[in-house]
Amino acid sequence: MIEARQLTKRYGPKTAVDGLDFTVRPGSVTGFLGPNGAGKSTTMRMIIGLDAPTAGSVTVNGREYAKHAAPLREVGALLEARSIHPGRTAFDHLMALAYTHGIPRARVDEMIELTGLGSVARRRAGAFSLGMGQRLGIAAALLGDPQTVMLDEPVNGLDPEGVLWIRNLLTDLAAAGRTIFVSSHLMSEVALVADHLIIVGRGRVLAGTTVQELVRQAGGDTVAVASADPARLRGLLAGPGVEITASTGSEQLSVTGMSAREIGTRAAEHGIALFELTARTVSLEDAFMALTKDAVEYHSETTVARAA
Amino acid sequence: MTTITETRPVPATPSRTAGSGQKVTGRRVLRSEWAKLWSLRSTWITLTLGLLFLFAVGVIAAVQYRSMTGPGKHLDPGLADATTQSLALFGVPFALVALVALGVLGVLTTSGEYTSGMIRSTLAAVPRRLPVLWAKAAVHGLIAFVLSVIGVFVAFLVASGILSRTPIAMSVTDGGVVRSLLGAGLYLGLVAVIGVALGALLRSTAGGISALVGTFLLVPSLMSLLPRSWRTDVTPYLPSSAGESVFALHHTAGTLSAGAGLLVLLGWTALVLGGAAHRLVRSDV
Repeated sequence: MIEARQLTKRYGPKTAVDGLDFTVRPGSVTGFLGPNGAGKSTTMRMIIGLDAPTAGSVTVNGREYAKHAAPLREVGALLEARSIHPGRTAFDHLMALAYTHGIPRARVDEMIELTGLGSVARRRAGAFSLGMGQRLGIAAALLGDPQTVMLDEPVNGLDPEGVLWIRNLLTDLAAAGRTIFVSSHLMSEVALVADHLIIVGRGRVLAGTTVQELVRQAGGDTVAVASADPARLRGLLAGPGVEITASTGSEQLSVTGMSAREIGTRAAEHGIALFELTARTVSLEDAFMALTKDAVEYHSETTVARAA
Repeated sequence: MTTITETRPVPATPSRTAGSGQKVTGRRVLRSEWAKLWSLRSTWITLTLGLLFLFAVGVIAAVQYRSMTGPGKHLDPGLADATTQSLALFGVPFALVALVALGVLGVLTTSGEYTSGMIRSTLAAVPRRLPVLWAKAAVHGLIAFVLSVIGVFVAFLVASGILSRTPIAMSVTDGGVVRSLLGAGLYLGLVAVIGVALGALLRSTAGGISALVGTFLLVPSLMSLLPRSWRTDVTPYLPSSAGESVFALHHTAGTLSAGAGLLVLLGWTALVLGGAAHRLVRSDV
């Protein structure tokens, strides 16, 4: 359980995180979504005490991360920025972290096995590819057998195989009852694994929702109908749970709450000719873009946009 | 919503109760820092170089002295009032390279955490932060002390063998020699701790090394720019001069006693370490 209350971080005049309130519930997969620069990484660093909040607080299982006797058993974190000394081997890196908690060597070997690093465990991490570095970061995150696993942009820059591996890992961890908090700027990536969504933009929570809810809110599953007599058709389709919008002078209607099949049948029964009958499922990406449109820090005229 | 249909075994993670004895203790942080130090190649390189210089410079100086004390040779005035002990330790200025090597290793151990990003992993594991600094200081101070003592004792023994039957011949049993050699070890141990603190304070390798070299090599020679009256008042309290008093065999009017020198050096160490602790606790990483 991660609870943020009015969590705020300012760097000089710039407010990176602006009064965030959210809860990551135990046993769920929560996606943390937002465009680059929305404050996701900063928030995650504050959760594990690397950055101190300017105001507000964030707790892990009821208390500050730093106040736990065995922090690595509470939250295992994979941060976006590389957090490994390039001169140390994967095994030595994990051992150094394991020693701080008295984690046995067997657990280190097990994590190396789990992340598929067996063949490179004795090689210096500086020579690792991005994917291998990410696997080592995940091995370190899982080392303390944490109740909560937190990953910042875990699939960024990975090849398809790496992306699939992370996706499966998250699904497996979720199935094993772990709490997962995963950030991404890609809706499609998060939608595959997340139950809950916390959507942020410019340091604020834009929505705390679920995937289904988001689609519904964004006016998902709309059917576009065009006919010669939209006014009459509108009257025929109206009913409880059905929402119809039309723009004046247009022969097109947007209908939600009714399937294309039902609309077509109803029109045929009353002899209305239809010119168009299209089911328009709003993609998650569209819904997300609509939400964050105003919160995107750098629009496409800036090509190199970096996450804070 | 898409679901993953691929089947794959759930990773074998032992039940969470298995690790109930796992928590962070000071001893475990020490163990971790010890392991971190020895798992880097740079440690081995710096320590080997440091020891080599400590030893080689002492021996070379001894050999040089011996060759110059032959019949009809003019003795360099700097070497004229030397002792075996001073030749084996820091009689020759560039033996300071040993000091630099041990100090630089101290700087690297903390600055390297920041430049590599390792500090994020380190502080995620030990979010109380200060135990990490104390452990690093303890591990490096101890290693520098032990290795320096070994280095200077060996250098002294070899040098006194070379210098036997010369005017400055000495043996370990002579008064103050053991204290002086141990003092050299203490000095270098504290230099290593100062290095650790400088690295943590400045979070930069270049900055840390510059500060270290500046303090121990440049500042002493810059003292000549000060008016004479100030110079004699200030110089003995510099980290370098105070440190030299710790292992000096003979103390003159212008230098501190070994005990006072040690106290002054400890004061400097505490100051820098305190600054490093302050920054570690207060600043984001």
